Amino acid sequence: MSDVCIVGIGIHPFGRTDGVSGIEQGVFAVREALADAGVEWPDIQFAYGGSDSAGNPDTMVDRLGFTGVQFINVVNGCAAGGSALFSAQMAIKSGEFDIGMAVGFDKHPRGAFNALPSEYNLPDWYGEAGYMITTQFFAAKIMRYMHQHGISPETLGRVSEKAFRNAQHADHAWRREPVPLDVIMDAPLVSDPYTKFMFCSPAEGGVALILASEKKARELGKPLVRLKAAAMRTRPAGSFEVFAPSIDIHEDATGPRGSATRIASADAFELAGVGPEDVDVAQLQDTEAGAEIMHMAENGFCADGEQEKWLAEGRTEIGGALPVNTDGGCLACGEPIGASGLRQVYENVVQLRGAGGGRQVPGDPKTAYSHVYGAPGVSAVTILER
Amino acid sequence: MHAIAEDLFTEEEQPRLIGGRHRVSGRIVFPLPEGSAYEPYPLSRQGALWSWTIQRYRPKTPPYEGPEAFEPWPVAYVELPGETIVETRLTGVAFDAIQIGMPLELTFVPLDPARKDSPMIHAFRPSGTSS
Repeated sequence: MSDVCIVGIGIHPFGRTDGVSGIEQGVFAVREALADAGVEWPDIQFAYGGSDSAGNPDTMVDRLGFTGVQFINVVNGCAAGGSALFSAQMAIKSGEFDIGMAVGFDKHPRGAFNALPSEYNLPDWYGEAGYMITTQFFAAKIMRYMHQHGISPETLGRVSEKAFRNAQHADHAWRREPVPLDVIMDAPLVSDPYTKFMFCSPAEGGVALILASEKKARELGKPLVRLKAAAMRTRPAGSFEVFAPSIDIHEDATGPRGSATRIASADAFELAGVGPEDVDVAQLQDTEAGAEIMHMAENGFCADGEQEKWLAEGRTEIGGALPVNTDGGCLACGEPIGASGLRQVYENVVQLRGAGGGRQVPGDPKTAYSHVYGAPGVSAVTILER
Repeated sequence: MHAIAEDLFTEEEQPRLIGGRHRVSGRIVFPLPEGSAYEPYPLSRQGALWSWTIQRYRPKTPPYEGPEAFEPWPVAYVELPGETIVETRLTGVAFDAIQIGMPLELTFVPLDPARKDSPMIHAFRPSGTSS
């Protein structure tokens, strides 16, 4: 079976763009991606689109052109973008189509996400009593992890410091001012142990990727960035997820608790025929600073607890052994749900093309990894190769 | 006691949380899920702190129905040995005295302490600090 290649990428800057709707940001990204691929909208044979709260993606045909294109909307929480990409590559792998698109965009109100219990199969009292709060879960998860694996609050601060430092070189990032470590550590707590610089914010933005069969990609004359693996998985039994009124006691105290991320990651590595040691650059879901820490281990890049040393030694910096979140990740870009997972892949394509400018990973990276996680326990991983 | 929801706490002198035990696998969860797969299972009143954080901003309404005036509160997960780990508020402990592993026992607190008819929610407090 031939590889699926990413032949065009486009992004609408993340953050806050008053007066521009979510779907318009998606359309902006599509036009950029089409131009990047050197194709026109009528060339696109199919599309998958994800948006959590900015309208039905398929309605963008009234702006792009009524070509009658097949356009399927994807609703999958924070994994919507990853799921759109997964579906798009399947459409090409199956032989049904030669070229198509995955697009994601969103526009969320300010403040924390406001979820309702009924959307998550939970009783009303759970929300009434004040538990329907994603930040509580993130904070409780890292608090347990720090206790078990000896991670210090300062290591959380270093993750945020790195995010803002990397983002100053990323045109599409939102928060591009470096913030010193002591300012991060001394800022007001939002949910202990996290200060306000350690959480990402809901935001706005759009990303589009044009995918093509290898044959089509060669016709277009584009450098071949191959999508070697795309895996989307839901949670296994016993995992610890957001909005959990109870968690199973983990019987095997010596081994890690299972998670959607662990299965998606293991499957993606197997599909791609590579291991964590082969990855040159990684974008890992960093909804909060601790998520990046825990996801380093859940995706197989280090053992639990090693992150303390890795961060102190700068191993996840742009010039380190494994650069992580080279555009500042969710911490610096914010999180428009439908677009967030596709932003990671966008950034990886930029890195593999060597087009990262001030944030370019040195040494001509060949293999790039992305991981998105969302409620209530969904995870999508991709591995790209050049 | 005016509980925040029906079938959440047992009606006994020292109420317990009503969890569910899966009729086939024996898995214990909280709260009791709808349907027939789980049977009601009153949970232990004693446990140990598994993890925690502090809720430091007022949750959005809806769905939150607590008072407009906001005071930070601790949110915890408490391991009930051999049963499950339940999410709960903590009460009767200073924020800087909270420690993973500390022994805790079940109690109940009003969602809005200023209201006499406030619905009651579950909380855990350090063991042996009966009011």
